[in-house]
Amino acid sequence: MSQPVLDVRGVSKRFPGVLALDDVSLTVAPGEVHALVGENGAGKSTLIKILTGVYRPDAGDVFYRGEPVAFGRPLDAQAAGISTIYQEVNLVPLMSVARNLFLGREPRTRFGLIDVARMNREAGEQLARYGIEVDVRLPLRSLGLGAQQMVALARAVAVDARVVIMDEPTSSLEPREVDTLFRVVRELSGRGIAIVYVSHRLDELYQLCDRVTVLRDGRRVHTGALAQLDRLSLISLMLGRDAAEVRRDGLTGFSAHDAGDVEPILRVRNLSRAHQLHGISFEVRPGEVTGLGGLLGSGRSETAKAVVGALGADGEVTMAGRRLTRRSPAAAIRAGMAMLPEDRKAEGIVPGLSVRENIVLAAMPTLSRFGVVSRAKQDRIVDTFMKRLRIKAASPEQKVSELSGGNQQKVLLARWLCLNPRLLLLDEPTRGIDVGAKAEVQALIDELAADGLAVVLISSDLEELVEGADRIVVLRAGAVVGELAGDDVTEDNIMTALAQEPAHD
Amino acid sequence: MTQTLVNKTPQPVPVEREQRYERLAALAQRHGALAVLALVVVVSSAVFPSFPTAENANGVAIQSSFLAIVALGMTFVIITGGIDLSVGSVFALGGVLAAYASQWGPLPALLLPLAVCGAIGLLQGVLIAYTGMAPFIVTLAGLLGARGLLLAITEEGANTYLVPKDSAFLELGQGTLFGVGYPVYLAVLLFALGGVLLQRTRYGQAVFAVGGSPDAAALMGLPVARIRVLTYLLSGLLAGFAGVLNASRLSSGVTILGVGLELDAIAAVVIGGTLLIGGAGTVSGTLCGVLLLGVIQNVINQIGSLNSSYQSVVSGGFLIVVVVVQTGLSRRRHLR
Repeated sequence: MSQPVLDVRGVSKRFPGVLALDDVSLTVAPGEVHALVGENGAGKSTLIKILTGVYRPDAGDVFYRGEPVAFGRPLDAQAAGISTIYQEVNLVPLMSVARNLFLGREPRTRFGLIDVARMNREAGEQLARYGIEVDVRLPLRSLGLGAQQMVALARAVAVDARVVIMDEPTSSLEPREVDTLFRVVRELSGRGIAIVYVSHRLDELYQLCDRVTVLRDGRRVHTGALAQLDRLSLISLMLGRDAAEVRRDGLTGFSAHDAGDVEPILRVRNLSRAHQLHGISFEVRPGEVTGLGGLLGSGRSETAKAVVGALGADGEVTMAGRRLTRRSPAAAIRAGMAMLPEDRKAEGIVPGLSVRENIVLAAMPTLSRFGVVSRAKQDRIVDTFMKRLRIKAASPEQKVSELSGGNQQKVLLARWLCLNPRLLLLDEPTRGIDVGAKAEVQALIDELAADGLAVVLISSDLEELVEGADRIVVLRAGAVVGELAGDDVTEDNIMTALAQEPAHD
Repeated sequence: MTQTLVNKTPQPVPVEREQRYERLAALAQRHGALAVLALVVVVSSAVFPSFPTAENANGVAIQSSFLAIVALGMTFVIITGGIDLSVGSVFALGGVLAAYASQWGPLPALLLPLAVCGAIGLLQGVLIAYTGMAPFIVTLAGLLGARGLLLAITEEGANTYLVPKDSAFLELGQGTLFGVGYPVYLAVLLFALGGVLLQRTRYGQAVFAVGGSPDAAALMGLPVARIRVLTYLLSGLLAGFAGVLNASRLSSGVTILGVGLELDAIAAVVIGGTLLIGGAGTVSGTLCGVLLLGVIQNVINQIGSLNSSYQSVVSGGFLIVVVVVQTGLSRRRHLR
């Protein structure tokens, strides 16, 4: 291998309470396409931010073209030749394509004014080289997302980049646009530009990348040629589990339910949404926990959000035999669905309100008569649920923000349970809560299912999924790639389903 | 185990229609005010014989020139996604300082107000750019502060500084060339320079980028904070200069001037097609917006039987129409 253009040696980065990167090394050679993979929280984005000058490492060194570097801000990294393409296109939508391409380095006439004619001509030529034929005077937003991404790429490369970091560049692209992007990436690598490619889409990695570095929990767990690593091994490296470990008995508080041939309460048919969901169908039975499995970005959360109408999608959702025609969260609640979102801080808990207020928030309309809410009724309900869910709070009047993560989660659960839902969708219900509380929440989910509630469980913790779910629908790239039930519900089988070669190419 | 193919049907994208729509929307945004202005002028000329006279046109032009200069600075500020509420007070302060300094000659009468008003703009810009305070709050404080300073200088308005009768400074606001007052030429010149600054310089491009997407602008390596500071400095300087011109024209520094001028300036900018959320706008649109407000006032004066206060009612109505149309245009974009 030739002299690496980028050489990261033993970099560590600590945030309050977390060691985000622990002695991570990475080398990238000119012309190499290097895959950087890992699940959420593995440290990918922290590493990227160190490379681009957003963060400074606490320990370790970054060598760029043989010299140690410490970029103070993104601009310095860019000026040195390390450009980044972000997941979301980071350009100015209202400005013209050409102006976006040349912003900050416009060609000027001898009077110091921008030479608009030359700028437009050169912009057109540059983009044509990447196969994009557009009127460069139009605002950027009139282009498709793929073309916008290509403008960002053209911009990144035009500033004499030696290293281009691409952070999930295809997450919002059409398949056709992805092909164009890949062609450009290969061309860049042919010109000796090193590319660090971050993606959750395994197919893309295998199509494009030479080597791979796998991060897990802030540590580098593997670096090597991608071709020598099969999909199953790559996934087990990312998830940190191997087949032998998987067969061992689980540690979670779940037990199996036998829903047998009970009539499904929820039927989802052909749920589709551009770029994200492709014809997803599954059923959920009362008294059973149905798991939605898949890697990050596989469409798990999107599926749940689409079912409750929080995300627009085509397809049929039938709840208790009635098809929901106009889908909205309000309609879903009326139909008996309740969803616990993934990010409980942003989407669920109201930190300034008390435990009682948080619990009865959603039930207000049913508890009130002529707009007046009976306090006695409230207290009775809150008391019941605090006992039943074993919520540990000094009193119902304690502020929710003072509770532990596990208890906050239970408060949210209580909020939805007082609506007497028939279907509960839980998106990562145990993320960010400690081990003890985790088992309690898991046991609770179990109890609820045993009481006849239908539960949909989303979790990136394979163990939790396997132990908790009676049936698992496996998603990949927004499509159902497998369904496991009974004895087939094993971590091994999930990984096999995730690792399958896609059947289309 | 079931196996489902990934659905690979690409959605057809109606590129042609979208781009034609973009062009139309841009056209309406850029030239809407001009079209309405032309319409109002044509109709008024037909209805009121006293409207299409050189004398009347000259009057509208000179009265509009002061607001125009203030609104020019406001255009830059609004395109960066900010707002400058201080310009009315700064305008008045500039006038009083000019009248006060005119006792030492024309040059101090020009430079002292520009220095003070520029400093106010600079300070506001620094506070907004480096502390992250909301422009609305910072410039509201500027509005109160500049007005207070003005009252302190004039002993609560008890002192009115007069420009010496023989001062060459009076030429600036009262002189004419081919029968048209100097302020009109100056306003036109400043707008021409402003247009070049906005469209043809890197600073101007950065103004659009900062307003259109501050995060993207920073990631693309633009000096976002410096651009903001420069923009509020520019706005302060222009408001102060308009005050100087006005003091020269009136031969005195009038303390009660400029109350609510910031709102007229904002109205003119928005009517001129500049997006209040920032990221898009033109100085030519602002000029049309200023003239439209001036013509409306003039026409209502022509009607005679109408109280001149109705001018505000009509201007307000225009503003609503413009904002509704703008919202409609951008909503359609989001829906596509």
